[in-house]
Amino acid sequence: MDIVIEFFLTKSGIVLALILVLLLMSTLAIYLRWSTPELKQRIISWWYIIILFILGIMLNSTVAMIFFALLSYLALKEYFTLIPTRRTDRRIIFYAYLSIVAQYFFAGIGWYEMFIIWIPVYLFLLLPFRQIFIGETKGFLENTARVQWGLMMFVFSISHLAYMLTLPALEAGGSSGREFVLYVVLLTALNDILQYIWGKSLGKHKIIPKVSPNKTVEGFLGAFVTIIFLAWVFSFLTPFLWYEALLAGVIISGGGFVGDIVISMVKRDIGVKDTGNLLRGHGGILDRIDSLVYTAPLFFHYLFYLYY
Amino acid sequence: MWLKKLFFILFIRPLVLLVTGIHIKGREHLPLDGSAILVANHNSHLDTLVIMSLFPLKTLKKVRPIGAYDYFFKNSIMRWISTHLIDVIALRRKVSKDDGHPFEAIYSAIDDGDILLLFPEGSRGEPEEIQPFKTGIAHIAQKYPNTPIIPLYIHGAGKVLPKGEALFVPFIIDVNIGEAILYDGSEKEVYTENLYQRIVALEKEVKNRE
Repeated sequence: MDIVIEFFLTKSGIVLALILVLLLMSTLAIYLRWSTPELKQRIISWWYIIILFILGIMLNSTVAMIFFALLSYLALKEYFTLIPTRRTDRRIIFYAYLSIVAQYFFAGIGWYEMFIIWIPVYLFLLLPFRQIFIGETKGFLENTARVQWGLMMFVFSISHLAYMLTLPALEAGGSSGREFVLYVVLLTALNDILQYIWGKSLGKHKIIPKVSPNKTVEGFLGAFVTIIFLAWVFSFLTPFLWYEALLAGVIISGGGFVGDIVISMVKRDIGVKDTGNLLRGHGGILDRIDSLVYTAPLFFHYLFYLYY
Repeated sequence: MWLKKLFFILFIRPLVLLVTGIHIKGREHLPLDGSAILVANHNSHLDTLVIMSLFPLKTLKKVRPIGAYDYFFKNSIMRWISTHLIDVIALRRKVSKDDGHPFEAIYSAIDDGDILLLFPEGSRGEPEEIQPFKTGIAHIAQKYPNTPIIPLYIHGAGKVLPKGEALFVPFIIDVNIGEAILYDGSEKEVYTENLYQRIVALEKEVKNRE
């Protein structure tokens, strides 16, 4: 209990407490006045997401590593279920799952060099190596590439949040890993929501009609400007100077948009609309973390280059 | 029976719900009381365990899969697992006159009000291929026209643990349960073919999911 109370007295804790208050107000609002079943479902899911975020990521860094690893595992499993696989690919898919444990171990102990090459170098070389023993040449390139791609998106990219969490504060009492993770996750989520809201209210011109017919120029630009502003508002969670915060907003809003569309392309290629039904009204895990696939590594390397 | 319950609580349910995960459609069609017969396609040993894990614990003791005697009772270890952990109803694939009617155990289970699980393909096929059904199910349906027969399609277990593989690789498993059907008085071959088409239709629902 102490650890929870202590947490809500920190910068991140105060921000999350504010979010919980907002969520409570919207919950009351939908129960008192208007609501659609879909909106209700979404609000309920947000409760789960935020409570899980606090318990899983904010309180304890070992728990957070396990939490992130589980997130990668669930996303990767959804992805592997959706893509076409040959029977012989089961072997390398098994290795792909195992690699998650190592990746989050490297992130957890803060071994940067290994964390940053484990999947793009070692797994990239290991998966084809394993395939030569199976010897099935037909479909080798497509299938090995698909597996590697899944690892890059849902393990390598997402694990940047885990490594970010281990970053120390630059000065006593300053922001550290926990604040950075909250900053990028919060802004990425708000970017998704704001795109939807701006698009609903002003959206006229489709931005990428072939992939995402619901995305509009107005939605994107509205969210873009709002997120840049919010990146500055929340910059007390970071060591950023005002102009660095604005650029962080550009990276997060732009990156989040691209990540969302890229996962849409994956889904269109496979021929599914929702990737799962883990959270009602939210689709599957892939639909929840699609934007983070881009924003997590982009934001991490921006911050890392500037300050570490 | 407590061993079976424990086996599912401690091992099968965590494995199925957390490690692989299930997407289930038509859960409301799952029979909660016997007698009833679930008829499903078959790709993996996991099929049986996944389908059994869908049932609430208090119903689980009634749920009994029908399995080949020559496989599930081939040695003492298999026999112990089949009897105590899964509670298999043995079906002899090769019939000899001394054994009596091959369906005797099945009939008495239906009389007891059990929920049976039957794979009319006869054995585990290649993943994603449904083989022709054997007509045994029609014989049972004819004898028990008031016992509901529930078609079930399962997909993905054959990827997690295909026939002849020991390596368990997690994928999400899809289950689609159809409405119960009763015996309509048609010929055995026609009835079996209808049942086959019902499961193919359930398969299409899963594969065309948007």
